[in-house]
Amino acid sequence: MEQLKTIGRELAMGSQGGFGQSKEFLDLVKSIGEARSKAEEDRIVLSEIDILKRRLLEPDVPKRKMKEYIIRLVYIEMLGHDASFGYIHAVKMTHDDNLLLKRTGYLAVTLFLNEDHDLIILIVNTIQKDLRSDNYLVVCAALNAICRLINEETIPAVLPQVVDLLNHQKEAVRKKAIMALHRFHRKSPSSVSHLISNFRKRLCDNDPGVMGATLCPLFDLISEDVTSYKDLVSSFVSILKQVTERRLPKSYDYHQMPAPFIQIKLLKIMALLGSGDKSASEIMYMVLGDLFRKCDSSTNIGNAILYECIRCISCILPNPKLLEAAAEAISKFLKSDSHNLKYMGIDGLGRLIKISPDIAEQHQLAVIDCLEDPDDTLKRKTFELLYKMTKSSNVEVIVDRMIDYMISINDNHYKTEIASRCVELAEQFAPSNQWFIQIMNKVFEHAGDLVNIKVAHNLMRLIAEGFGEDDDDADSKLRLSAVESYLQIISEPKLPSLFLQVISWVLGEYGTADGKYSASYISGKLCDVADAYSSDENVKGYAVSALMKIYAFEIASGRKVDVLPECQSLIEELLASHSTDLQQRAYELQALIALDARAVESIIPLDASCEDIEVDKDLSFLNGYIQQAIESGAQPYISERERSGMFETTDYHSQDHHEVPAHALRFEAYELPKPSMPTQASTELVPVPEPSYYSDPHQPIPTSLVSERESSEIKLRLDGVKQKWGRPSYQSTTSASSTPQQSTNGTTTHSDGGAGSSSSKPRTSYESKKPEIDPEKQRLAASLFGGSSSSRTDRKSSSGGHKPAKGTANKAASIPKETPIPVQPQPDLLDFGEPTDTTVTATDPFKELEGLLDSSSHDGGGSTDVMGLYSDAAPVTTTTSVDSLLSELSDSSKGNARTYQSQTSKGPNSKEALEKDALVRQMGVNPTSQNPTLFKDLLG
Amino acid sequence: MCGKLMSLEMGRPNYALEIATHNDFGCMNIHFVLLVSRQGKVRLTKWYSPYTQKERSKVIRELSGVILNRGPKLCNFIEWRGYKVVYKRYASLYFCMCIDEADNELEVLEIIHHYVEILDRYFGSVCELDLIFNFHKAYYILDELLIAGELQESSKKIVARIISAQDQLVEAAKEEASSISNIIAQATK
Repeated sequence: MEQLKTIGRELAMGSQGGFGQSKEFLDLVKSIGEARSKAEEDRIVLSEIDILKRRLLEPDVPKRKMKEYIIRLVYIEMLGHDASFGYIHAVKMTHDDNLLLKRTGYLAVTLFLNEDHDLIILIVNTIQKDLRSDNYLVVCAALNAICRLINEETIPAVLPQVVDLLNHQKEAVRKKAIMALHRFHRKSPSSVSHLISNFRKRLCDNDPGVMGATLCPLFDLISEDVTSYKDLVSSFVSILKQVTERRLPKSYDYHQMPAPFIQIKLLKIMALLGSGDKSASEIMYMVLGDLFRKCDSSTNIGNAILYECIRCISCILPNPKLLEAAAEAISKFLKSDSHNLKYMGIDGLGRLIKISPDIAEQHQLAVIDCLEDPDDTLKRKTFELLYKMTKSSNVEVIVDRMIDYMISINDNHYKTEIASRCVELAEQFAPSNQWFIQIMNKVFEHAGDLVNIKVAHNLMRLIAEGFGEDDDDADSKLRLSAVESYLQIISEPKLPSLFLQVISWVLGEYGTADGKYSASYISGKLCDVADAYSSDENVKGYAVSALMKIYAFEIASGRKVDVLPECQSLIEELLASHSTDLQQRAYELQALIALDARAVESIIPLDASCEDIEVDKDLSFLNGYIQQAIESGAQPYISERERSGMFETTDYHSQDHHEVPAHALRFEAYELPKPSMPTQASTELVPVPEPSYYSDPHQPIPTSLVSERESSEIKLRLDGVKQKWGRPSYQSTTSASSTPQQSTNGTTTHSDGGAGSSSSKPRTSYESKKPEIDPEKQRLAASLFGGSSSSRTDRKSSSGGHKPAKGTANKAASIPKETPIPVQPQPDLLDFGEPTDTTVTATDPFKELEGLLDSSSHDGGGSTDVMGLYSDAAPVTTTTSVDSLLSELSDSSKGNARTYQSQTSKGPNSKEALEKDALVRQMGVNPTSQNPTLFKDLLG
Repeated sequence: MCGKLMSLEMGRPNYALEIATHNDFGCMNIHFVLLVSRQGKVRLTKWYSPYTQKERSKVIRELSGVILNRGPKLCNFIEWRGYKVVYKRYASLYFCMCIDEADNELEVLEIIHHYVEILDRYFGSVCELDLIFNFHKAYYILDELLIAGELQESSKKIVARIISAQDQLVEAAKEEASSISNIIAQATK
């Protein structure tokens, strides 16, 4: 017995190359496996890196050793550490003649290097050589590496050889050559554009594997240019037909489906070809109908094909019969217990709804179930569906739901997405402007900093422009309601910056418009804002501009302005601000207050935010001034381009011309610091205004700069810049207060303050508006699907629509109470989660094991001992793993697996048991203590 | 679309933007394959789109945080930064693949299963330990199955055949080496 164990162990260690690694490496893996924390793991890896660095530097490392070092490097890199110090050794290993080493080298370089890595150039030569090898395995290894490593520049180096390999006698090589060409096509379509006919040729390859691989590049090509592949429609259809008729070799069967992956690929291609093409679609109807009939919806792969059929049908020209079949498949998906299938069902619904909008109605219960599901993935998919089926009759309910969900999640990426969807829907379908503003307020409040700034500008514009009709009364009502809601919200803590900008702008523009609120009240609020968000320059800028407008309106209407003390102190603070923009605004405000009513009115006219402002780009009104300056000896203005050409000397100037075509490589950065000419000072001055002005042709401004005098008094000039630059920017501030669009220009010049304000806070201020939505929520389903919650409907769904709605509402209410199923500590091995679970009769795992034991004991007497050994070695594991071994596999694979095992149970199984035993002993891994599941079979 | 979203999220516009064509259908393209144990330990990673080492660690951290905490009855898919990650648990190992949003999730789920079946066939009832110590073999097998993120071979038999051809070569090399060493040993006796 003891002897047998030893023999077994030796056998195991010797037979499998993988276990032949050195003790050192096994120890490394083991210690990493036992590490209890990330920190500990990192420590181990760092010391390993040290060891490897030293070892790799040793002279004359034997090749076998080197191979192991490289695998260790791969391991390190896999764990997220940098192994770049050893890359060169991997590259060297690819040069080796021994295939074993070469393969390791290629594996390592494909894992280490990206296609733009400098070392690639050292491999290209080897690849070229290997592509010519007469050992097809070497060629395959090289082609594998090509797919990962070759970039646009190196494609020509290997392209001819790859093309030759398309006719290689080994199908494995042809297949990889196709994939490599496909890769080239993705990297640089022009490099292989003359070779595209090869793909068509390979479609007729004798080997189904090559044919299947060819579908990948064809899919890409067809999605780029459908029309030139229309002639292939019937070929694809006939291939699909042959596949479904099981004409392909049995080895392509997967879970008793004939070549399902090829089927799916073909369906994808057909969807592209049939979209909007009547004759192509008609060719496809037959085979699609067959597929629906033949597909086994009890296996996962069958459902994958069904789903692909649904997608295909939703793309090609619709056919009523097929749509019916698709609808049926979808309803099966939706009714299933599996979340995966529900998800696919919702997705399919979203696709079909574009063609037949009625289809969703019969599934309303299921959809609402999915909406209430604790599974976030499903929920999001359902929101996507709702987004697709939004119309003006249900927009309120849907957007409301979306916003509730948006508030509840933390994932910023999705929050952004759903916020932009809310905005889009609201903009598209808003039943009233009032509602729109409310929704926008909510979106801003909860996702403010994630929203695109354009949304804010749209909102401001909407408030400014009103309905666009000549209904001034309604417009002013709208504005008043906006002002009122903002005055309520404004005192809440921590509002997002963007929202505050909108609030400030609206309050400034319309706060005092209808006399309900006094100027001092509004200006007090604005001062509070500027005070509370003192770190956010954008907000402060908006607030000051708003103040300016308030005072301007007051002055213009002839009232006496008394500046509040806090406002006065704010102005004083800003006069000394570090931000030139804020300073400017403060100065302007101060100047404006001192002006008389007539002047003020012309500077900031009342309610003129929608008027266009004419900008005199040439600043012709300064001509006289310039003339005067030139006459008194100032230099004339030299435009920016001329100036740079002048001081960068001629060669740079000529380079400048080439800059456009050669934009990929820019060398200017290195050339900047060298010149020190007198003109430099003035060029330095120009960038002082923000870069956005840099390119603006405000010629007259620098003219006056240059004309001021010599370069020594930079300070004085800076003042000049501010003043001169200030005029036009003054205009841009006025425009900021006028049209929202222009205010972007105004604000982009500010440095971004970025007051990071969180978006979760009580929303008490909305309580007053809630009741108006609540009853609607109760009729959720009806309002989602029936579309008849109010008088403005496109489709009356009468009482019939309402009754089920009640039920669904109840159901919806009851669902959240269901606690999510507690996570089992040790779930099934094979959690298929598909109907397979229910249909497949669960086979007794013990029986299966018995069967195995039987067969092996028939074969040879020793094998029972082998099993004994195994259980000996890992007593705990066997019991736990046996339960979970061989649980459900879908029928066919089980069949396969079983036949396979019964055929070979003597070989691999006993060997494997020995191996594992040996391993356990050698490494001292105690499976019970740290990770008992290590020994569990992944599959039965 | 995904480009826009990525740049919003990461402030890094070139984040895995290799996908040249991104239509409603999406080309079948797997961006990466990830094997993580239930304890969150990485067992295998294969990146088909360019990610820096830093991004990789971030992706792994983020995804294993989400996936390991999901309940057993939920979808095998998660939406993640404009992509979709399909995952499946086998014993103590999670197999994850990241795909475009418009891809067929069920198909990818089956690709994962396909891979596991091939591993199972190769190792003979594969378990996590096999993959821990033979991760390079798992890589070789994956390379025969997927190339540049596309499924290149859907026949188990053919994958098995080419892998065994490679292994036989290895065996042959070993035999040769041992016979040579035997000869040397005999000669030096």
